[in-house]
Amino acid sequence: MPLNKPYGDIPGTTIFDADMARKGFHLNQFCMSLMKASNRDRFKENERAYIDEWPMTAEQKQAVLDRDYNKMIAQGGNIYFLAKIFSSDGLSFQYAASTMTGVSEDDYKKMMLEGGRAPAGNLYLKEHESG
Amino acid sequence: MADLFAGIGTSHVPGIGAAVDKGMTQNDYWKPLFDGYEPAREWLAKEAPDVVIIVYNDHASAFSMELIPTFALGVAAEFQPADEGYGPRKVPTVQGHPELAWHLAESLILDEFDMTIVNEMPVDHGLTVPLSITCGQPEAWPFKVIPLCVNVIQYPQPTGNRCYQLGKAIRRAVDSFDRDLKVAIFGTGGMSHQLQGERAGLVNAEFDIAFLDDLTRNVDRLVNISHVEYMRESGSEGAELVMWMIMRGALDDDAKELYRHFHVPASNTAAGLIILENP
Repeated sequence: MPLNKPYGDIPGTTIFDADMARKGFHLNQFCMSLMKASNRDRFKENERAYIDEWPMTAEQKQAVLDRDYNKMIAQGGNIYFLAKIFSSDGLSFQYAASTMTGVSEDDYKKMMLEGGRAPAGNLYLKEHESG
Repeated sequence: MADLFAGIGTSHVPGIGAAVDKGMTQNDYWKPLFDGYEPAREWLAKEAPDVVIIVYNDHASAFSMELIPTFALGVAAEFQPADEGYGPRKVPTVQGHPELAWHLAESLILDEFDMTIVNEMPVDHGLTVPLSITCGQPEAWPFKVIPLCVNVIQYPQPTGNRCYQLGKAIRRAVDSFDRDLKVAIFGTGGMSHQLQGERAGLVNAEFDIAFLDDLTRNVDRLVNISHVEYMRESGSEGAELVMWMIMRGALDDDAKELYRHFHVPASNTAAGLIILENP
């Protein structure tokens, strides 16, 4: 019997639970490898070749090449591991967050300066969709 | 006897460390946050603890998916700042207190809290940013540090209640340490934030301020906040606040609030700081 997932109805949010950890193990360990400068260099030199050394799914590999962070998360990527990719790209957390939310980095920064994303309408899938 | 006299709860946003390291604490963006840290720095410098137990989480620096300890206690004589992909922060090496740390490990395990004992680990911004917040940029950190690293990345994190009970066990362990040492404890992380997905950027100031209030007014409510409530109300990364419950558990039931500071935003996060002291 699986444990229930009471967090399934939080909008725009993937909880990194056991299922995601199993799905994303190799993706996350690939990210971890980018902590070493020599690996970062090899990745930058030929992304495809470096990525093919890891037993990831084709979908995971494509999401990495596309820098599609929402897709990586859906495929088991954890944001703290995925951070190694955008750090290697010399990009900030705010930039990555803006791509995940579908707005420009400037608009995202402005939203944060204005107090962040408001909870109202963003706590339950139901109210989120109707809102 | 060792005396655990106070606790600090504080966010550990990496951008705060970067602002210190790059000398940007007085620019328009960061000044309001850092101005609010000043009274805490002055208080801590005056109190001058010998040892601080810092409860924090690692962010895929020391621990990858290979090994995910729920509670890992650092017993080493020193801990190097981790290279998080940009080179290690240029901050002093963190000096440990192996004697008290090993005493904690033994006491906690005999008290049925099965800690992972760590003899070697780098410490990332989760631990060094709270030091920068509370101490600025000294040549050497002014106290010894015992790192207590908590898994909050892989669901399920330890529950708020388990963390609170661990805090109580830490207190019993410190109380039984037969050396005159002044000990403080930091609970770090939070406050509300979400770094991932379409809901990234969530901030719930109302939740955070109620949390700060209830650290002294209604601890029972905080102890019983479920994972899903943290994640829903304070963002998927807001569940880091369970680490503040370890700090709270280690203090007296009637600990008093001395100071607080709350500011939005620090990068993607609502930044909070609170000082609690035993009567």
